[in-house]
Amino acid sequence: MCGANRGCLEPVADGYPVRRADRTGCGAAMMNVTIDVKHVTRVEGHGNIAVRLRDGKITHLQLAIVESPRFFEAFLRGRHWSEAPHITCRICGICSVGHTTASVKAMEAALGMTVSEQTVMLRKLAFFGEQLQSHVLHLYFLAVPDFLGVGSVIPLAKSHPDVVKRALRMKRLANDVCSVVGGRHIHPIALHVGGCTHVPADEDLIDLKRRLEAARADLNETVSLFSMLSPPELHRDTEYVSLKDAAGEYAFYDGDIVSTKDARPTPVSRYRERVIESVVQHSAAKHCRSPHAPTYAVGALARFNNNHAQLHPAARGAAEVLGLRAPCDNPFHNNTAQLVETVHCVESAIELIDAMLRRGLRAERPVEPTRFGRGAGAAEVPRGVLFHEYEVGRDGKIAGANLIIPTGQNLANIEEDMRAMVPRMIEAGKTREEMTLQLEMLVRAYDPCISCATHFLEVEWQ
Amino acid sequence: MKPKIAIFSLTSCEGCSLAILELEDQLLDLLGAVEIVNFREGMTERAWDIDVGFVDGAVSTPQDDEEVRHFRAHCKTLVAIGSCACLGGINTLKHYQSGGATRDEGAAHAAGGNGRVAEYRRYVYGENAEWFATTPARPISAVVAVDYQLPGCPMVKEEFVELVKCLLIGKPFRLPETAVCVECKRRGSRCLYEMGIICFGPITRAGCNAICPAYGSKCEGCRGLVSPDAIAAAGINLREQYRVDLNEALADLRLYGAYQEALLP
Repeated sequence: MCGANRGCLEPVADGYPVRRADRTGCGAAMMNVTIDVKHVTRVEGHGNIAVRLRDGKITHLQLAIVESPRFFEAFLRGRHWSEAPHITCRICGICSVGHTTASVKAMEAALGMTVSEQTVMLRKLAFFGEQLQSHVLHLYFLAVPDFLGVGSVIPLAKSHPDVVKRALRMKRLANDVCSVVGGRHIHPIALHVGGCTHVPADEDLIDLKRRLEAARADLNETVSLFSMLSPPELHRDTEYVSLKDAAGEYAFYDGDIVSTKDARPTPVSRYRERVIESVVQHSAAKHCRSPHAPTYAVGALARFNNNHAQLHPAARGAAEVLGLRAPCDNPFHNNTAQLVETVHCVESAIELIDAMLRRGLRAERPVEPTRFGRGAGAAEVPRGVLFHEYEVGRDGKIAGANLIIPTGQNLANIEEDMRAMVPRMIEAGKTREEMTLQLEMLVRAYDPCISCATHFLEVEWQ
Repeated sequence: MKPKIAIFSLTSCEGCSLAILELEDQLLDLLGAVEIVNFREGMTERAWDIDVGFVDGAVSTPQDDEEVRHFRAHCKTLVAIGSCACLGGINTLKHYQSGGATRDEGAAHAAGGNGRVAEYRRYVYGENAEWFATTPARPISAVVAVDYQLPGCPMVKEEFVELVKCLLIGKPFRLPETAVCVECKRRGSRCLYEMGIICFGPITRAGCNAICPAYGSKCEGCRGLVSPDAIAAAGINLREQYRVDLNEALADLRLYGAYQEALLP
């Protein structure tokens, strides 16, 4: 049952002045409404929604990012090049393998290093683990409660114990995939610039493979569950930007920059041609635009729109069952695309483990730098394309850094979606509570990672 | 009645809050024993009658300062989780930018002393740096009284479960008072310090089961110093065995808690 339109959410009792509403007049044309959500819940980090309507017209609309500024780009300066992934993974607990991956790739580009095939395989396996972990967390813990009309996953432990146990089982498997490669999921240990300091034992890989195969049943159940939910309808002409690995696989680890409005590939080293940043006062995270549109979207739906033909057949089958077809311009279907990718990651991880077992893993010496210079790297982390760029001085210390975070790239686009959504909700005669819930659901559909987004910056290269 | 639990985040990656969700196998047991009443990252409801509050993140903005006092006022027991909340964590690295060579100088720069906006703020936000308020990064114990600390980056999940059990049955909880090396030897990992790598295992508080050396990486000291004396002994050893300047080693040790420099000789 879809609880999204039931308007059953009670205003939250809180020590903070959280939600405030005044509503006067009758009928949309006369309507004055104020929506203030302080600290949107079930998202990573601190964000506020503010909407003012006067006579039915939007006079003010903001997704304010009130996360503390953290200054990672600044304090990377002066640290040794080898520390970059271990520092930047601390930007975010949810995406720490993703930051590690973009960081090692950028640093290897800056230092002229080419890592072994085995290193790339191990990184990809950890990366699949994190996609799984993040998507399962978002789908079950952050998004599903809206559809079942509850405030969190906790009451579901009583009302739907099988659903919660399934979610926990899949999350645990995802964490174990990361741990077998990197030692742990949050802030992985063994993934370094130049190579890995740990090689998984065959028996650990075989055990993982067995559990991944068993997870297919859980995936099928998950697809059935989501095929019964009806996300709100919102369509808006949107540019979807992602990496694309034209000759290879569905882009997570590698690729060039493409979009639904410009399919010509731009290499990651020239990312500034496709991503233009600006500082806005209501957000400690910068906003981004592209050369083609004032706002654009990144994330699972962007990847699906650009790369769906490269999905594993099982994932394409799931998309069919879920009714997801490219091009899709409903941001609420980012959840659906995440689920399709979850299927892809499980199947791809199984194939990758098979390849590792056939090949045999052995301890390798890390690759050494061949030069000190400047380089960029990117990866398609759970919330979209992530760029890291570093400059390393001749003393081996980091001299400059630039990090462009998926959530930062989405913020302006979320605001545009809200602008499109509010008048339609007024027209449909929604109450203030219904509008608030749908705006929060929209923000959650993007699965924002606000801690991540508040550390990027303008860089003046020294 | 089940104890009411809250989980809060200040300036951090929220990885320690996430680590609670990553308890997975034990999460349902935990939910059977306690009632989570306030957890922004995971739930919509937010209540303020709280028995035990867990806080990750450092105090690094005027807002953090206000919030942590609010948490303290509403929690009977307050627990700092992770290196940011316990030691200031990786956030303290900003103090060493803008020519701040010591903790106090760095803190003064962070505060924008002498009417200046610290250089690192301009580096990130350009000419609009003043829009984004920041203060020196501090452990929460620098602002409010803290009842328990669970250091580590991220915190150790098993230690969290242990503390919750102790609180439930009223048993005292103590952090280990031995160095990471003790656990590393017990685990049988190869000694990185003996291989010439400056591993902080000898001076760092145990409790992580020496996980980093077990995965081939040096201990970076994320759980903080095991005792103030340890570093003096390590300084002598580093000089004599490896001819390493203690200042260089200290720069590395700042990674997870420059705030500890108060402990240093």
